[in-house]
Amino acid sequence: MHKLLASAYKEFLLLTRDIGGLAVLFIMPLLLVITITLIQDNSFKTIKQNKIPIIVVDNDQGEVSQNILENLKTSDLFELSEQTNEKLVEELVQNGEYQLAIVIPENLSKDLNAKVSENVDGILAKFGVEKETFPSKKLELIAKEVKLYFDPATQFSFRNSIKSGIAQMVSKIETQSIYAAFQEQITDDPNEKIFETDSFISFKEIIPNGDSEALIPNSSQHNIPAWSLFAIFFIILPLSINMVNEKNQGTFIRLRTHPVSYATVLGGKTMVFLAVALTQFAFMLLVGIYLFPVLGLPTLDVSGRLPLLFVVAFFAGLAAVGLGLLLGTIAKSQEQSAPFGATFVVILAAIGGVWVPVFAMPKFMQTLSKLSPMNWGLEAFYDVFLRNVGLSELIPEITLLFLFFVATTVIAIVYHNRKNAV
Amino acid sequence: MIIINKLSKKYKGAEDFSVSELDLNIDEGEIFGLLGPNGAGKTTLISMLSSLLKPTSGTFSIDGLTYHKNKTQLKQSIGIVPQEYALYPTLTAMENLMYFGSMYGIPKVDLKKDILDHLETLGLLQFANKKIKTFSGGMKRRINLIAGILHQPKVLFLDEPTVGVDVQSRNVIIDHLKNLNQKGVTIIYTSHHLNEAEEFCSQVAIIDHGKIVCKGKPKQLIADQKNATHLEDVFLAQTGKALRDYA
Repeated sequence: MHKLLASAYKEFLLLTRDIGGLAVLFIMPLLLVITITLIQDNSFKTIKQNKIPIIVVDNDQGEVSQNILENLKTSDLFELSEQTNEKLVEELVQNGEYQLAIVIPENLSKDLNAKVSENVDGILAKFGVEKETFPSKKLELIAKEVKLYFDPATQFSFRNSIKSGIAQMVSKIETQSIYAAFQEQITDDPNEKIFETDSFISFKEIIPNGDSEALIPNSSQHNIPAWSLFAIFFIILPLSINMVNEKNQGTFIRLRTHPVSYATVLGGKTMVFLAVALTQFAFMLLVGIYLFPVLGLPTLDVSGRLPLLFVVAFFAGLAAVGLGLLLGTIAKSQEQSAPFGATFVVILAAIGGVWVPVFAMPKFMQTLSKLSPMNWGLEAFYDVFLRNVGLSELIPEITLLFLFFVATTVIAIVYHNRKNAV
Repeated sequence: MIIINKLSKKYKGAEDFSVSELDLNIDEGEIFGLLGPNGAGKTTLISMLSSLLKPTSGTFSIDGLTYHKNKTQLKQSIGIVPQEYALYPTLTAMENLMYFGSMYGIPKVDLKKDILDHLETLGLLQFANKKIKTFSGGMKRRINLIAGILHQPKVLFLDEPTVGVDVQSRNVIIDHLKNLNQKGVTIIYTSHHLNEAEEFCSQVAIIDHGKIVCKGKPKQLIADQKNATHLEDVFLAQTGKALRDYA
């Protein structure tokens, strides 16, 4: 115990003597979480509050195109400009001046009405309501195509949501045209309301969390756990560099001549770097609670969750430290440990679901993500932050994190002992 | 005290043995100098004796102990002063020594007292709380020496303990080592300073190409070598004048 505490004290001294390194260790993760949350929150606001400039070429100039334009204007999402030259519009979008252009085809209103009328007449005739007056030969109408030009730089998710929004709008217009055609055929009084054209089915967004009073998750609630975890795992960099430095200074070689086990040496490092990880996490929470509101970001709500959050951070920290110990044991130089460590953490974060949700990944990557300690940590954090679970529900994830620490540390010790066997 | 039997070491990928079937006995209380040109195998031999390197073949025991059977006991019995400073540059002299002393399990109070005594003897007491990175080469060498003797070892291995230091520092180091030897510590040291070895050592062995080429008291070796007046003459006669550059 005396040796373990002396080791931990030495690590503490080494860490605190490097003020620059210490500042980087604590400030960079905070900058990271602030930057990411600001970006994500702002992109959310961009869609909600700032209108996206789009340009429309109305080749139809009819009732349907007017309806589309009205819908786009009233949607509050877009700032509409009109143009007549499709070629020019294509160039404007290509150059990134507009993120989206909509080209409404010629005769859309006329052809849609003709098609709908033909169908309605046919249906009514079958019911004997209308005399068969439609021509014996069916109308030869070409299916209409609304063209959407996207700025090449727009994200796939943005394109998808715009496409689905416009498809929904066009579908609604088409339905209303059908209702109007029926109305026209059934009654001569245009004021008589036969059909209720308002949507019968609507959506209600509910996020189940077992607490009716609970907050709806915001960008802070999503970002703080994800990026805290990312920062916690970045501890493998300073830890492995610390170990490589000891090898280069010769102090590690001196220690090998001392009657002290490698496990004790690693134990001292674990104590200090775990404390660093927990301190980092505490800073992240403080930033989320106190600084985010000042920056106009949603406040992080930790009420009633603090003990469980620190339980998860503790085990995630252990897993990160274990990985750092293994890397530091194997690496021979900073040129090996630093790039590998940084890249590996990014890979773990990617497959762990920090950037892209696991459900959106290909099947193979989903399976792979189950092997990422960052995924276990992230799921545990989401369990606490967003699903309001208790300690017992966290046991599977924190057990995995602990086993990961044990496995990496044991491999490090075995590797070291085998390599330095005499 | 130290019995070495046919000890050999061949590094991975190397063509030749660095230490080749070396036999050597060193008695208790000796100051034993291992002398030899660069690449002769001195550091390799000391590294094997201090548990830093696995021998390719052969055996050795120190004070009747072997690494296979008495690893912890053996580590307590020996002290190592490596060629590198092997200190934490951002820690103070006291912090470095407290840490390395603690790794021998020495109680904190005793350790601090011993460190202060050593620092005073080696003229470093006023620098106890200064960071190692501010120290000169000679000061670092002296701290390096203290780190190796805090646990009062029976056998002390020193790999070129006076390399790169000024005359004053060298004298202080040599005097301290003599003092330790008088208290019963067996000293095995390597050096390129042949005059120093001639004066300091009770026994020397000249090692070349991993083998001992001659061994004995310095004065006896000089007497046995034709036209030799100093140990350096013996050294050059035994190892030749060709340069020993290697990479």
